[in-house]
Amino acid sequence: MTITRPHIDPTDSAAQPIYRLAGVAKTYQQKKRVVKPLTGVDLEIRGGDFVTIQGPTGGGKSTLLQLLGALDRPTSGRMTLGDTDLAGASNTALGAVRAREIGFVFQGFNLIPTLTASENVDMGLEPLGLDAAERRVRVADALAHVGLADRADHRPGELSGGQQQRVAIARAIAKRPRVLLADEPTGNLDESMRDEILDLLQALNDDGLTLIVVTHDSAVARRASRRLRLEKGTIRDITR
Amino acid sequence: MYLTYLRRELSGRTKQTAIVAAGLAIAIALVIIVNALTAGVRDAQTQALESVYGVGTDLTVAGAQQEPGEDGGSRFDFGEDGGATAEDGTTTLAQSQLRTDRGRTTLDAATVGTISALDGVSSATGALSLTNSTFSGELPEMPADGGTNAAGEAGSAPADDAPQGGGGFGGGSFDVDSFTVLGIDPAVQTVGPLSSVSVTDGRALDADDAGQNVAVLDATYATSNDLAVGGTVDVGGTAMEIVGLVSSSSSSTDTASNVYIPLDVAQSLAGVGDVVSTVYVQATTADGIAAVQSEIESAVPDATVSSQSDLASTVSGSLSSATSLITNLGTWLSILVLAVAVVLAVLFTMSGVSRRTREFGTLKAIGWSNGRVIRQVAGESMVQGLIGGAIGLAIGLGGILAINIIAPTISAAPAATEAGAGGGPGGGRFASTVQTATDITLSAPLTPWVLVAAVGLAVSAGLVAGAFGGWRAARLSPAEALRSVA
Ligand SMILES: Nc1ncnc2c1ncn2[C@@H]1O[C@H](COP(=O)(O)OP(=O)(O)OP(=O)(O)O)[C@@H](O)[C@H]1O
Ligand SMILES: [Mg+2]
Repeated sequence: MTITRPHIDPTDSAAQPIYRLAGVAKTYQQKKRVVKPLTGVDLEIRGGDFVTIQGPTGGGKSTLLQLLGALDRPTSGRMTLGDTDLAGASNTALGAVRAREIGFVFQGFNLIPTLTASENVDMGLEPLGLDAAERRVRVADALAHVGLADRADHRPGELSGGQQQRVAIARAIAKRPRVLLADEPTGNLDESMRDEILDLLQALNDDGLTLIVVTHDSAVARRASRRLRLEKGTIRDITR
Repeated sequence: MYLTYLRRELSGRTKQTAIVAAGLAIAIALVIIVNALTAGVRDAQTQALESVYGVGTDLTVAGAQQEPGEDGGSRFDFGEDGGATAEDGTTTLAQSQLRTDRGRTTLDAATVGTISALDGVSSATGALSLTNSTFSGELPEMPADGGTNAAGEAGSAPADDAPQGGGGFGGGSFDVDSFTVLGIDPAVQTVGPLSSVSVTDGRALDADDAGQNVAVLDATYATSNDLAVGGTVDVGGTAMEIVGLVSSSSSSTDTASNVYIPLDVAQSLAGVGDVVSTVYVQATTADGIAAVQSEIESAVPDATVSSQSDLASTVSGSLSSATSLITNLGTWLSILVLAVAVVLAVLFTMSGVSRRTREFGTLKAIGWSNGRVIRQVAGESMVQGLIGGAIGLAIGLGGILAINIIAPTISAAPAATEAGAGGGPGGGRFASTVQTATDITLSAPLTPWVLVAAVGLAVSAGLVAGAFGGWRAARLSPAEALRSVA
């Protein structure tokens, strides 16, 4: 239904695109039923962008974010992050990309309940093979960055939803990723907490971090520099 | 960090940790206790046999079983000169008689040489087992007036601590005292009934004692009969000088015989010629025992050849039931409990991984490798195994300690001794007062091997559970992290 347009001009922007997607499709085979959440996505995302992806429920937003986050490979199409071919990489290579280049923030925070805030942040550094001193510095920096230096020893259960999400953001940024991906990061938060998180994300973007945020919330989309809409398996730019 | 996460997960999920560890602990404790008890009954069995056959004896060769009554038996036979008549008319009788065991025929002494020469035989020695019976008593003069005189004499038995006590006989009193005598080759120390004893006083018999009237006594027998080194003991009417006392080195059990004398002396006192009743054989290697056994069987066709395991099966009494209970039921029970514990650990670990799908998905999503996730899961269940192992070890050691403190006694009756000590036709069973059932204290010895094995079992049970859990965790997709919150 969508015409694939693999032709993308890479020189139309000052900033280097970090993501390039051309004709990306994803098909899920569920028993006899075939689901095609993405049929042909052509997209470039430049460094320093604050991108939001909106769209109807079941439209494939999370699916797209999984592909961008190197959690899964597209069924067809070309897709690169920097110099890495995400469509053809091995599981191990995808794991390495996730470990070094991508920070992930989830709707449900996904903190480990038995660990303290600083230990949770440290989990994100685990695959990098840093020495203990460097890890301590990075954990403290990240927690300070999200304004939770004084809550380092609290467990998730002892923190508010907004604070938990800030710990999750600290975990994502401690590794100093190339891009921060978030799937409905404010979906489980009330309004004041939502704004707290949005302010934080905005500040991170102002520092130069590329953000790709999937959201239903137009308040989130208002903060973005670029707004995308995913519908019927393809991406449409709705930035005015 | 690895350890922090591990510790937090285990302490944060105490219930699962406790159940898995408890299951393994019970299993490990059972394995330890059953193992120690198995070793304990085996020791007891060895002890029961050693007291009779000595250590290092792999095979014994005995004469063929004999029908009771075949040799006609020998009885006390008092002739005219059998006693001394006192002035009051009472006749004091005392006669010592030495004879071979009735149950079996003897073997020609040349058999020892024949067996020694066989391939695979390291050493062999013969022994002649005899029973010395002493009849002593007083016989009053036949009273003409119907025995009123006799009434005064009744009960005035000599203050001898004879086992069977005296019996009045028409006003007289008698004592039948018997003890076992083993004629041994004094030159052979390594194999045979005296190889397992320790000398508690004096010395053991040595090569120079051949032909001498010397004896070594079982320490227990000596004590109860007020005999000591330097004194004499009457064997078959001949006074033997007591040169040493021996006791069973391994246990509370008595040694094989009450009195040990040189073989040649025993042969001549008993008047049996150059024969032995048992040949004790040591094989060169443990593997060669079966071969040596069949060699001997063909070389000495009339003899009965018994191996340690044949002998072990002859041990009766509560020891044999304890042995079968522990080695059969105990082993199966511990295998069953161990299997249940492992299955439990596997199921709990698997369901634990399922419950933590989102957690492991998240860790993968933030860059953890499969290997790292598997190590986490395996590490957690291994530590659960170790905790279970440690608790199990504590319970097991406590159980062993309890058994060793209670020190239950079990009776063991090596059948071979009974055969040797049984009374002949016409005679009572008085000879069997020595060496019948021995009470052996059951101990549960602890070997370091068991500790290592227990810890190894616990760790491998943990690893098995970890392998299943890790396998499940490895198959999780990192995309699980994005699944909507439950
Ligand atoms: N692993 C999977 N296997 C099969 N089908 C899947 C899988 N993941 C997603 N889908 C299907 O793909 C479609 C898109 O799902 P996706 O989660 O990307 O939508 P979404 O836009 O994120 O929706 P929402 O706004 O509700 O989060 C849905 O129909 C979903 O059922
Ligand atoms: Mg979604």
